[in-house]
Amino acid sequence: MQGNIKPGYTRTLDLKHGCIEMSHGAGGRAMSQLIQQLFLPAFDNAFLRPMNDQACFSCTAGRMVISTDSHVITPLFFPGGDIGSLSVHGTVNDIAMSGAKPYYLAASFILEEGLPLADLKRIVDSMAQTSREIKIPIITGDTKVVEKGSGDGVFITTTGVGMVPDGVLISADQAQPGDKILLSGTIGDHGIAVMSMRENLTFHADVVSDTAALHELVACMIATTPNIHVLRDPTRGGLAAALNEIAQQSSIGMMLYEREIPICETVRAACEFLGLDPLYVANEGKLVAICAPEHAETLLQVMRTHPLGTNATIIGEIIEDAHCFVQMQTLFGGNRIVDWLSGEQLPRIC
Amino acid sequence: MKYIDEFRTGEIAQKIADKIIVAIDPNRNYRFMEFCGGHTHAIARFGITDLLPDNVRMIHGPGCPVCVLPIGRMANAIQLAQLPQLILCCYADVLRIPTQNGMSLSKAKAQGADVRMIYSSQNAIEIAQQNPQRQVVFFAIGFETTTPPTAIAVKQAQHLGLKNFSVFCNHVLTPSAISHILQSPEIRQLGSVAIDGFIGPAHVSVVIGSQPYEYFAEEFQKPVVIAGFEPLDVMQAILMLIRQVNTKRATVENEYTRAVLPQGNTKAQSLVAEVFELHRTFEWRGLGVVPYSALKIKSQFADFDAEQRFQIVTPSIADNKACECGAILRGIKQPQDCKIFGTVCTPDNPIGSCMVSSEGACAAHYRYGRLRRDCVAMLE
Repeated sequence: MQGNIKPGYTRTLDLKHGCIEMSHGAGGRAMSQLIQQLFLPAFDNAFLRPMNDQACFSCTAGRMVISTDSHVITPLFFPGGDIGSLSVHGTVNDIAMSGAKPYYLAASFILEEGLPLADLKRIVDSMAQTSREIKIPIITGDTKVVEKGSGDGVFITTTGVGMVPDGVLISADQAQPGDKILLSGTIGDHGIAVMSMRENLTFHADVVSDTAALHELVACMIATTPNIHVLRDPTRGGLAAALNEIAQQSSIGMMLYEREIPICETVRAACEFLGLDPLYVANEGKLVAICAPEHAETLLQVMRTHPLGTNATIIGEIIEDAHCFVQMQTLFGGNRIVDWLSGEQLPRIC
Repeated sequence: MKYIDEFRTGEIAQKIADKIIVAIDPNRNYRFMEFCGGHTHAIARFGITDLLPDNVRMIHGPGCPVCVLPIGRMANAIQLAQLPQLILCCYADVLRIPTQNGMSLSKAKAQGADVRMIYSSQNAIEIAQQNPQRQVVFFAIGFETTTPPTAIAVKQAQHLGLKNFSVFCNHVLTPSAISHILQSPEIRQLGSVAIDGFIGPAHVSVVIGSQPYEYFAEEFQKPVVIAGFEPLDVMQAILMLIRQVNTKRATVENEYTRAVLPQGNTKAQSLVAEVFELHRTFEWRGLGVVPYSALKIKSQFADFDAEQRFQIVTPSIADNKACECGAILRGIKQPQDCKIFGTVCTPDNPIGSCMVSSEGACAAHYRYGRLRRDCVAMLE
């Protein structure tokens, strides 16, 4: 009998029916197995293979950018993406909004006890595929497990580093009166795609999340217009929140033209019956660019030639305003303020 | 969007605006109250005031269900939500309504209460079915628009024999509120608030029809034009009101003919009549106690009445002293007349109920209309 015992033998992870258990985060053999059988093969690269607690890489002299972003979303899988692809795009975009070229990512997972391993594998595979497609490897990471009820399946924090090309100074405090405001495409797609999947909402919206990595679009934009003043991806709080942040940081006002803001028909309809304003609905693959008026037309044409900017438009301009109001000329011919979002955006009763 | 975009066209709005300019008598003022929060929201969101001449002024009325809910009833709802094992289901609008000490349902939720935001009364029934061991209360609010769905939920609960479902009923009635405003001393005797006519509710009128407004038009000699919630509806209704005022007519006209019938939706009305009866008195935030202005659940459905099941007693709690919501809801003051508007009281930290829902006069004005000259000067 003794002869049948295989030293070091562990049963393979049951990726079909298994679940995350507390032992997967306890530092023992189960954790090592999870990393060896699930994370490593998916993310495989030369930085990860030595299995150190850190990754070592060389870099050139210059201005470096670091950004970190935590991703929590319900449901974990939604039309057009999942928390895995979102967690890669999110941090890559935050780095790209400085004009930088992103190089590497680190990923940290907080897993809830009971999370099906099949779901985790699907998420990790999606992250790995996304990172390979955009050629930005995940070079170090960490996992922790929390007790059932202390998490929402999985939370993913990604951190990225990148380098800003010489001569580029893009920052939210650089907008100046007279500048034009450009938007790379339709707004609200991500928020509505996610909302259509929520359990107590039974509407079927034919819309997919716009989650995408914007660094290549940014690289094209900078190649022709290196002196862009501001870049921002309007994620949580939507376009309205992003523009209000810029207005505050640059101490300027804005005048938007409602007729120029692209919104897809399904998103408009969904917002209409849910009582939401698309200006406040989240995006994950769009950017706002602000540049001097003489560069706006060139920049717009460059954006439109990139697949992620085909619907780009000039949506407004920067004006002087001590109150930092973001105003909008409505389709109807009146004026309104596009204010900060107060609390969460909640549907209206009437 | 078909049937929406047609009613939001800027070119047609300009044509109506031109007609309004031709129609007005420059030697007088026109003051119209839009009763409904839906209209307040549309006026603010589309910037309708910018298209009106200076002597045509819109007064925001009390038709925002969130704004008129008294603090005592909110306090009741919060107490219910804090009962162990109870699930309180509510529409999103009520989550942020402030009560005493800044407490709200969303704060109660953060402290551990099980408060669920629902989109329809059906969701509350489903939650009750999924949680047979727990009491589920639907915190029902709103005017005649949201009453029929509550009636359906009660009937469904009875049909399903649900033992753990009840409704905390706070449904209120539009006609009683309009009467109350018209009978208030400021308008009737003192003449300090001149209201020349009303824009009648859209969705409410789909249910109750246009007939209930004929009494006001005749008794108080005020024109009423029922209008849809789209901005062109509102513009057209204003033009119709101006024409009535100019010709000294006071009748009920229906601009919203694509949805409102004189008799309304009789099926919905009979459902409501089957499940609810009139409350003798009900307190409205801002208006005070208004007789026969709210509904309660009939005794034959008492098993589903949360007020009986949990023996709810409603305290009378006064508004914050500095808050002018009451006067604003009656059309006596404008949001910018309130000392705390935009300073202590903002949509992020609402003190009064008018600052909570985007249909509330103060929130709508803060969000969309703050840059108007008078208001900017005040904030400086």
